[in-house]
Amino acid sequence: MSAVPTTTPVPISRRRLIDRLGDIAFHGLTLAAALLCIVVVGAIVWKVFDLGWLSISRYRFDFFTTTVWDPVKNHYGALLFLYGTAVSSFVALLIATPLSIAIGLYLSELAPRGVRGLIASLVEMLAAIPSVVLGLWGILVLGPFMASHVDPWLQDALGFLPMFSGQPGQNGLSLLTAIVILTIMVVPIISSISRELFLSVPNELEEGALALGATRWEMVRGVILPSARSGIAAAMILGLGRALGEAIAVTQVIGGATAFHASWFAPADTLASKVAGNYQSASTRLEASSLIYLAAILLVIGLLVNIVAQVIVRRFDPARAGRAT
Amino acid sequence: MNRIMESVGTLAALVAVGVLVIVIVSVARKGAPSLSWHFLTSKPNLFGGAGGGISNAIVGTAIIVGLATAIALPLGVLIAIYLTEFAPKRIAAPIQVVVDVLAGLPTIVLGVFIYGLLVVGHQQSGLAGSVALSIVMLPLIARAAQEVLLLVPTALREGCLALGVSRWRAVLGVILPTAFGGIVTGTVLAIARAAGETAPLLFTSSIFSNAISTDITHSMPNIPVLIFIYSEQPDAALHQDAWAAALVLIAFVLIASLAAKALLARSRRTLGQ
Repeated sequence: MSAVPTTTPVPISRRRLIDRLGDIAFHGLTLAAALLCIVVVGAIVWKVFDLGWLSISRYRFDFFTTTVWDPVKNHYGALLFLYGTAVSSFVALLIATPLSIAIGLYLSELAPRGVRGLIASLVEMLAAIPSVVLGLWGILVLGPFMASHVDPWLQDALGFLPMFSGQPGQNGLSLLTAIVILTIMVVPIISSISRELFLSVPNELEEGALALGATRWEMVRGVILPSARSGIAAAMILGLGRALGEAIAVTQVIGGATAFHASWFAPADTLASKVAGNYQSASTRLEASSLIYLAAILLVIGLLVNIVAQVIVRRFDPARAGRAT
Repeated sequence: MNRIMESVGTLAALVAVGVLVIVIVSVARKGAPSLSWHFLTSKPNLFGGAGGGISNAIVGTAIIVGLATAIALPLGVLIAIYLTEFAPKRIAAPIQVVVDVLAGLPTIVLGVFIYGLLVVGHQQSGLAGSVALSIVMLPLIARAAQEVLLLVPTALREGCLALGVSRWRAVLGVILPTAFGGIVTGTVLAIARAAGETAPLLFTSSIFSNAISTDITHSMPNIPVLIFIYSEQPDAALHQDAWAAALVLIAFVLIASLAAKALLARSRRTLGQ
């Protein structure tokens, strides 16, 4: 039953043959491209571990408990950078999450209808600023501002806390500045997902709550936030993934640390910033390999964080799956 | 409580928009004075120092990103076609997860990966940089293409099948052209993202001379790494150049994203009917 208008049977069968072969070939080609994606992820894991193997096989898990990074004695450990990564990302997430939920609520429920779209795209535009530009601004504008205004003020007000103790530096290249930069990078991610989540709450539920005499705040607290809970969790995890893995802007503003400091006014280093900052300076094979061990840790964390986020997103709403990224 | 919520929400949105404005205004104010035709079209001074231009980095970024697009665009579209047109649900789901995970991996790790694959034993090259950037772009393009392919009306597919058109002819001749606008949009957004990516290039194309290079088998100058290197120098004149280069980059990225979003809105409207 071919609908192809032909006069002789020969072209029909030839066309059918081409069609059938074409279908098989095309299917195969697209499948190959899809499989290539899996191969690439596999190859990334294999190659990174392969490059870092010298250090991985030598230090094994001692790497995680060693604070020293000493090219002179040729001895390396990751604890300093694990600490820097954990503090910078989690604190940035802690600041960014409430801010982003508020922005999401504003954009979905509160803002005047005329400006909603405009403000939403402005917030998203924040995510489009290349990290190297944000880092440049961080070094030359934010850093000095933190050093001359924010740091002394925080020290006066909260100096009894270990993280705000100690003398603020001159140039503001510090863990705290890195936290601010990471917060700026994470806010657009979480707020644009939150906005979509809040918009997807069925209108009948919202109107029902309002009809029952709930105020807008009660409606938000009782209807919108609970129904978006797991989505917000996924958004936070995706934001965390972004913060953990950001290399460039953090390298530019965090200053680089050789020793542990409790104070956030002091320079520090994260896994990603150590790798990015030392890309040319590794002098021995063990040092180079140890840098890549850091990248391997980052890779494993990145894989875990993203898989967890995808699982939550999918369980929560298959239709939205992946849109989040 | 209502009042508080409203003011907190408004304030939070103001803060975010405020930060955007502050960053863009500082880049524009600090970059504009050194931005000139001379800056865009001449090479950096032979022995470093300010007063030169960034033409070598502009050419390099154009070639690296262009090549990355040439790799990522066909692959991304093929993946999207497989996921929307061919894959059974059971197989599509895990592949989808892998694509999304790829999108979320730290880009510095991608740089390390390509360093191990193409640079160790050889040398840094524009090609290695392109391959690294293409991994950044691939999931973005695949995701965007998939979204528009899903918007193509089912009636079109059914019409093709009813006419006895084979799948591959239907996809290449009818479905893909319908989704063309959306795919272009996704690609432009991916280009805007890739043009500003620094981390994948640090290990693959970061040690370069001041000359214009079109040889992709050698390390090529590029704008993001140039800004990164200049920003780490203590030289105020180099900072000046970094600001101007940042202005060029940010202008390109923002204009490309805005254009892509306008295009997307239009192609969604036409497809939505």
